Amino acid sequence: MSNENTLSNNENDVSYLEYKGKHSGILGWLLSTDHKRIGLLYLISLSVFLIVGVTFGFLMRLELLTPGRTIMDPQTYNSIFTLHGVIMIFLFVVPGLPAVFGNFFLPILIGARDVAFPRLNLLSWYLYAVGGLLAILSILLPGGPADTGWTFYIPYSVRTNTNVIPALFAAFILGFSSILTGVNFVTTVHRMRAPGMDWFKMPLSVWSLYATAWVQILATPIIGITLLLVAVERIFGVGLFDPALGGDPVLYQHLFWIYSHPAVYIMILPAMGVVSEIIPVFAHRTIFGYRFIAMSSIAIALFGSLVWAHHMFTAGMSDTGQLIFSLLTMIVAIPSAIKVFNWVATLYKGSIDLQPPMLYVLAFIFQFSIGGLTGVMQGVLSVDIQVHDTSFIVAHFHYVMFGGTGFGFFAALHYWFPKMFGKMYNIKLAKRVFWAMFVGFNTLYFPMFIMGWLGMPRRYYDYLPEYQIYHVISTIGSWILVPALFLMFGNFIYALFKGAKVTEKNVWGGETLEWQIATPPVHENFIDIPIVTESPYQYKDNELVLQTQEAK
Amino acid sequence: MSIQHTAAAHIHRDDVASRMGMWLFLFTELLLFGGMFILYSVYRFTHPQDFHLAAKELNTVIGTFNTAILLTSSLTMALSIAAIQRRQKTLSIIFQLITILLAFGFMVNKYFEWGAKFHHGIYPGSDTLLSKPSGEILFFGLYYVMTGLHGLHVIIGVVIIAFMTVFTLRDVITHDNYVKLEAAGLYWHLVDIIWIFLFPLFYLIT
Repeated sequence: MSNENTLSNNENDVSYLEYKGKHSGILGWLLSTDHKRIGLLYLISLSVFLIVGVTFGFLMRLELLTPGRTIMDPQTYNSIFTLHGVIMIFLFVVPGLPAVFGNFFLPILIGARDVAFPRLNLLSWYLYAVGGLLAILSILLPGGPADTGWTFYIPYSVRTNTNVIPALFAAFILGFSSILTGVNFVTTVHRMRAPGMDWFKMPLSVWSLYATAWVQILATPIIGITLLLVAVERIFGVGLFDPALGGDPVLYQHLFWIYSHPAVYIMILPAMGVVSEIIPVFAHRTIFGYRFIAMSSIAIALFGSLVWAHHMFTAGMSDTGQLIFSLLTMIVAIPSAIKVFNWVATLYKGSIDLQPPMLYVLAFIFQFSIGGLTGVMQGVLSVDIQVHDTSFIVAHFHYVMFGGTGFGFFAALHYWFPKMFGKMYNIKLAKRVFWAMFVGFNTLYFPMFIMGWLGMPRRYYDYLPEYQIYHVISTIGSWILVPALFLMFGNFIYALFKGAKVTEKNVWGGETLEWQIATPPVHENFIDIPIVTESPYQYKDNELVLQTQEAK
Repeated sequence: MSIQHTAAAHIHRDDVASRMGMWLFLFTELLLFGGMFILYSVYRFTHPQDFHLAAKELNTVIGTFNTAILLTSSLTMALSIAAIQRRQKTLSIIFQLITILLAFGFMVNKYFEWGAKFHHGIYPGSDTLLSKPSGEILFFGLYYVMTGLHGLHVIIGVVIIAFMTVFTLRDVITHDNYVKLEAAGLYWHLVDIIWIFLFPLFYLIT
């Protein structure tokens, strides 16, 4: 897609991993404003929190194996589901793809040397780190970890004696980090695109990161102020939401969901971008409906910001309000479906190569479709009354957040890992781990749909014996899923040290810019800024793939 | 290690991007206060009588005085940018210092205003306040939180402008590279405009 001559890299140049700037050793990483190094800092810290979050989830599942007490008391259980939620949402899924792969690849994909504000970018990571430390502090400080659920609903969050304040400030600071990343990405996309790359020549993951960045900018401040107000209410006893002081707890819920529903799209949009990026590469076909996929990202960001009250259909709202929010909720399904249909249409008659990234992407489409369609069911007012606050909801958002975003994250990791580190993981093992993960995931979460439909409430410590069979199946699923996750990380870590070295530029036969620079990329990404002349994903009868294979 | 040219090649300047980033950040600030303005609107709608009575407790004279101070400081801030564009470094620094001074004046007034309220026993959690109807509790809750957060922004603004003064002294900010000062100015005007909305909502509408 670009002029080959401008991309002739200097062979003497060292990769960003070995580059020596002003600082050396660990400081060379902690003080580096290189977007690639910051991306890796995020990758490491996010992986740590992912493992912590997974551990809490695993313990929750173990507790629910039998009715009554299995391994912990009810108060611990409440704290653990809160921590699982707070850590997974604020420290893993929300920063997730934009912070790691957005930072690493957004500038490369648009042919830039860095983001618009590199120092601000580093500051974002530090804010993330501080937020993470505060979250850990809230676990360790006397008083016990917060037990409010990740939603911090009033009035319980101002009454409970647990460490709600550190948890609130953690979420506030993490929000700030997210906002700054958003500001950075929007400016980068507007100002830093390589010559010739007009809006409709941008890779689709750039479109989705761009839409995400706007949601980060426009939605996050609302949760920032809302959580800050809860903290102020707790510390100073200022009357704002607490009904004892005349406040309105439902108003809190509105303000909370004005952010936290769009946040769902902060989580899923970048994963959709990754899917749009990977499918054409492994189907060896031009993406079907480029403009529709690009515009549907914007449409999702737009409509997704107007549906928040569907979390509150049972909390008390006018009938008109309910109808409007129900309708808007169903409208969001349209752009999502446009994407799914376009992906499937791209696969049609493609020569599909089932490499690990592609497997994760196919699982994404399957699981996201289940998660998305059950979401539409919940948008139906009458159905929502049945399933509200049951494990049906838990199943739904885990299919979207984990089966969608999580699998999208793993797809991106398998796709870009050789480019990022210049090492290749064990592909055979990665495929096997994928199948274990797929089976484990569906065994874990599908029974929750059934028991939720039958009336099993979410967040409950105890349950009636008739639900036990579903809980047992679900817990067995976690015993498959968690070892698979650890195997996946093990595969990557082993590859980092002992994996086969990759030096060729284009391992998968991709058509976007990152595959035309050195592996791993040099500090400046591009020695000469490329000139873009063609749209991305121009596969001409599989020519490019054949050429690279002959070149080996 | 033949290629180490990158450090110099890396520095690029894009004033349009800087301005754009600042405007985006200001959007987020507006939304931050927007959340509280929503609270204010809803509670004013549900407790009109209480809000009416509570607003009478506020001192309109101090409020007006502070509005005048803040508007003037916005003017001096804009003048400092105009001065640096005309290569008048000293004048620009003087205007920046006046802006800081006015900001201090605003905070001193705020201190006396809050102090008077505390003296009358109107502060969060006080018995006097808790014995009032719930609408008035909400009014004063919002009053303290919104003017408090605004005050915090004034203090942050002072720190930023102080940095800008140092930058101007050290010729980091010059007549052909003043985007930092411009961004600080934008921030200061935002602080100003939020006050422009706070003032009528709390002091003038009764």
